[in-house]
Amino acid sequence: MDNLHIPTIAPEVVFQIGSINITNTMINAWIAILIFLALGVFIKKSINIRPGKLQNACEYFLETLLGYFDQVTGDREKTMRFLPIVGSIFFFILLSNWLGLIPGTGTLKFGHNPVLRPAATDLNLNLAMALVSVMASHIYGFIAVGFFTHIGKFIQIKNFFKSLTKGPIAIFTAFIELFVGLLEIISEIAKVISLSFRLFGNVFAGEVLLSVMAALFAALLPAPFMLLELLVGLIQAAVFAMLTLAYLVVATSVPHGEHN
Amino acid sequence: MLDHISVVALAKVFAIGVGAIGPAIGIGLIGSKAMEAIGRNPEAAGKVFVPMLLGMAFAEAIAIYALVVVFTLK
Repeated sequence: MDNLHIPTIAPEVVFQIGSINITNTMINAWIAILIFLALGVFIKKSINIRPGKLQNACEYFLETLLGYFDQVTGDREKTMRFLPIVGSIFFFILLSNWLGLIPGTGTLKFGHNPVLRPAATDLNLNLAMALVSVMASHIYGFIAVGFFTHIGKFIQIKNFFKSLTKGPIAIFTAFIELFVGLLEIISEIAKVISLSFRLFGNVFAGEVLLSVMAALFAALLPAPFMLLELLVGLIQAAVFAMLTLAYLVVATSVPHGEHN
Repeated sequence: MLDHISVVALAKVFAIGVGAIGPAIGIGLIGSKAMEAIGRNPEAAGKVFVPMLLGMAFAEAIAIYALVVVFTLK
């Protein structure tokens, strides 16, 4: 049991370029990015009206994804508008999670530290992705419904002043709506925290589980847990992408009561 | 009396242990209702799946707040 290596919460620094620490999670994330880059360049070069095997496979995955996205947006045009953000988040998380399952992750060492580690076990990456998705939802919201309408979803001053002429019950309702709007601002921060920690918690727990199982008994015992992690990797990627999409759709929809 | 380290360890255990009960029940209920819905109408499986995942994600968020508390306890 001496070789039981429980992963630390912070990613390990493998080497340094200048003053920038290159961590093992960064290496894993860049491998995923390079795979996508190579795939993109290769498909762009060989694109054809009669798709080859690779193009056909990619089109199949994209079509499946679009079908699921349509269920959230309810409209193909919106899906196509949000696909660049949400689709790339989905495929990036999926590939980086699955890259963390190939043999050598956590065991190949450079100096004292493992060279490879699942990218989503780095909270910095998850926080960055969550910030991008929540910020993007607000930017799209500003573009889609206008600056003041979007701000008005959170600070409902306009309805409050309107209600002053409508009697005490309307004023009371508008007062509550004002506070609910202010609470929404807190829930925007909670979105970032829950998105990033959900992905981090699931993937980190999976990594700890796999390393404990491998240390207990290395033959065959980790296999079913690997299968579980394949599933967790897919579901967490889907959840992150779907929630991002849901935030985008909610932010770009017109608030109720302002349709006419 | 307990020293500081063991109190913090106990607090961490209780924060995530108790904090996970509610979301676990919630996710279980969502899953069971989704299965029930699919059982009643198998063709709706594709349509039930995404709202089920979203509902589970929101229920799970509560457990994540407990996890954040665990990480911030020193």
